[in-house]
Amino acid sequence: MKFLKGALIVLVACMFFFCEGAGGPGEVEVLHWWTSGGEAAAVAVLKEMLEEEGHTWKDFAVAGGGGDQAMTVLKSRAVAGNPPAAAQVKGPQIQLWGDEGVLTNLDDVAQAEKWDELVPKVVADIMKYQGHWVAVPVNVHRINWMWCNPEVFKKAGAKIPTTWAEFEDACKKIQAAGMIPVAWGGQPWQEATVFEIIVAGVGGTDFYKKALVDADPAALNSPTMVEVLKTFKMIKQYTDPGAPGRDWNLATAMVIKGEAGMQFMGDWAKGEFTAAGKVPNTDYVAAVAPGTSKQFIFNIDSFIMFKVQAKNEAAQKAMARLILQPKFQEVFNINKGSIPVRMGMPEGPFDAPARLAMKDFSETSKTGGLIPSMAHEMAVMPAIRGAIMDVVTNFYNSDLSAEDAAAQLADAVKAAK
Amino acid sequence: MQIPMRNKLQNPGILHRIENFLPKLVVIPTIAVAAVFIYGFIGWTTYISFTDSRLLPKYELVGFHQYVRLFTNFNLFPPESRWSVAVVNLLIFSVLFIVLCIIIGLLLAIFLDQRIRGEGFFRTIYLYPMALSFIVTGAAWRWILNPDLGIERLIQQLGFGDFTFRWLVDSNMAIYTIVIAAVWQSSGFVLALFLAGLRGIDDSIIKAAKVDGASLPRIYLRIVIPSLRPVFLSAVIILLHISIKSFDLVMVLTRGGPGFSTDMPATFMYAFAFNRGSLAFGAASAVIMFLAVMAIIIPYLYSELRGTRNAR
Repeated sequence: MKFLKGALIVLVACMFFFCEGAGGPGEVEVLHWWTSGGEAAAVAVLKEMLEEEGHTWKDFAVAGGGGDQAMTVLKSRAVAGNPPAAAQVKGPQIQLWGDEGVLTNLDDVAQAEKWDELVPKVVADIMKYQGHWVAVPVNVHRINWMWCNPEVFKKAGAKIPTTWAEFEDACKKIQAAGMIPVAWGGQPWQEATVFEIIVAGVGGTDFYKKALVDADPAALNSPTMVEVLKTFKMIKQYTDPGAPGRDWNLATAMVIKGEAGMQFMGDWAKGEFTAAGKVPNTDYVAAVAPGTSKQFIFNIDSFIMFKVQAKNEAAQKAMARLILQPKFQEVFNINKGSIPVRMGMPEGPFDAPARLAMKDFSETSKTGGLIPSMAHEMAVMPAIRGAIMDVVTNFYNSDLSAEDAAAQLADAVKAAK
Repeated sequence: MQIPMRNKLQNPGILHRIENFLPKLVVIPTIAVAAVFIYGFIGWTTYISFTDSRLLPKYELVGFHQYVRLFTNFNLFPPESRWSVAVVNLLIFSVLFIVLCIIIGLLLAIFLDQRIRGEGFFRTIYLYPMALSFIVTGAAWRWILNPDLGIERLIQQLGFGDFTFRWLVDSNMAIYTIVIAAVWQSSGFVLALFLAGLRGIDDSIIKAAKVDGASLPRIYLRIVIPSLRPVFLSAVIILLHISIKSFDLVMVLTRGGPGFSTDMPATFMYAFAFNRGSLAFGAASAVIMFLAVMAIIIPYLYSELRGTRNAR
């Protein structure tokens, strides 16, 4: 009896010891704002996979404001010295968090899993701080899509445009047929989305990188930029007066209902078509925006990983590893409507627009046409993005000339640097 | 008479001591909370505005850098930088909002003061908008003014096909739609203030003026309105702080748009401090707003306090 009791005590002590040790199961607290139906289902997959490995997932979802609310919470937690294990932070903001010295180093997981081979270099560079992995990419959204209603084009006798000249021609025909050519959401981020698509389509990849990634004042105030701005403003006459302030999904609904011909929006718009029971290539066409067929403007969600207590490190590293596993990449991205950031995944389970995006993603990663989105916080620091967006939205909504707007762009970016 | 008094003072009861001590005890939490959450945070924001804080607060001072940035390209007519647009909008909004609210409120109060039938009914109707929050007002007016849903569509459907009313989506006119919604909301409140003032005027003065043969408009212009001076003062102070704080109405009605044409200092501060990771820059704009409020409130407090001292 005594022996048994003693053995039991030793056993319990061992269990406690292993629980406390770095190798045992731990807890990850994850801050994110994926709270809507499909998104929440997508996140739940990661939770299940983590729990299968014996770790605990502590959900820390902060809804609302496209992540603004979540960022405010994250800042206060970080200032208080109690950050969660992982938080949904993307683009150059990863560097800002790196500057604060609160991020953990994921190089060991990255090496074991060969992340550098799985993910294009442009993407990997965004996830690294001073050459070390500090964040894990989750999914890829393509921005330069044009969502078209083929019925509208048929009625107007127009064809889906592939150049900006064809685009204007199609707009005129649709307008003459009594429909709205372009479904426009008049909010600064949506206007900036169309603007950057035109920068890529009219200016080309190199110009895009100079103007919107390097924020080079010489490129921002150049004849090419003036041409871009003129093309951008040209669209305004083909939108309806109710556009200012409209939410993107209401604009998508106009295309779905056949009131409008096309909308420029990232691939999350697909979710609206699917929810309305529409089938790609029959009820709607996902075309690459005019002049950008060799380009892929990307918006990538990622998790940054904070330094955590030793007992939770294993759980955190497991989460980082699982995110780039094929199983999670497939299930998550089908639910979210995006494409896997891990290259070389089987296309089978994905729908037609996603397959096209996956093909272009891997092709452009070789040709250099893979470019980060300015409007979606992938390319420049928030202050510079804000400065560019202010000028763009002010130009679109006022009588400012394209030449003056280009000059203002350069000035505003210089002031924000 | 003096002896019993002294006896009482020599044996102050415990109740008496509590009576002395209790009021101080009760205000201490309020004072402590105000010291931290009002004055402490004013101090903290001011300090942050002199740093180069971006995403998170930093505490190394950089001087007036943020204020210099705030006032580069600062030109009010026509406004150039986003900050100058916000300042001009605040000026336009405050002046129109205060003047219109007072005119409409005063007129309604004078009409209601004519001892009309069903006064209580009308007073309730005019006061109801005040019971709504600016969020509700903003949402309702956003639909009313939307060219696809509201007035424009209604009148076009009535057969006037050429009718256009597109202030909400016109960047030069959008600021006036905010004035309309805000006046609709607040003029009933001003009415209540003036009505109380009117009821406080001594009837005999008005009767005396009538006996002297003064016409009704003359009585109002020369006697009633001048004697409402203190009501004007409180109405202006209350409306002024509503207009400087105006944030929710703008966020709901126009979201600062089209572009940033209806930005106000409060929405400007929010955008920079919380959306764009320029904490120090946002703090600098908040300090400027604070100074503007101080410039109005301090003379007011000064005149109020001097008034009470004279009264004693």
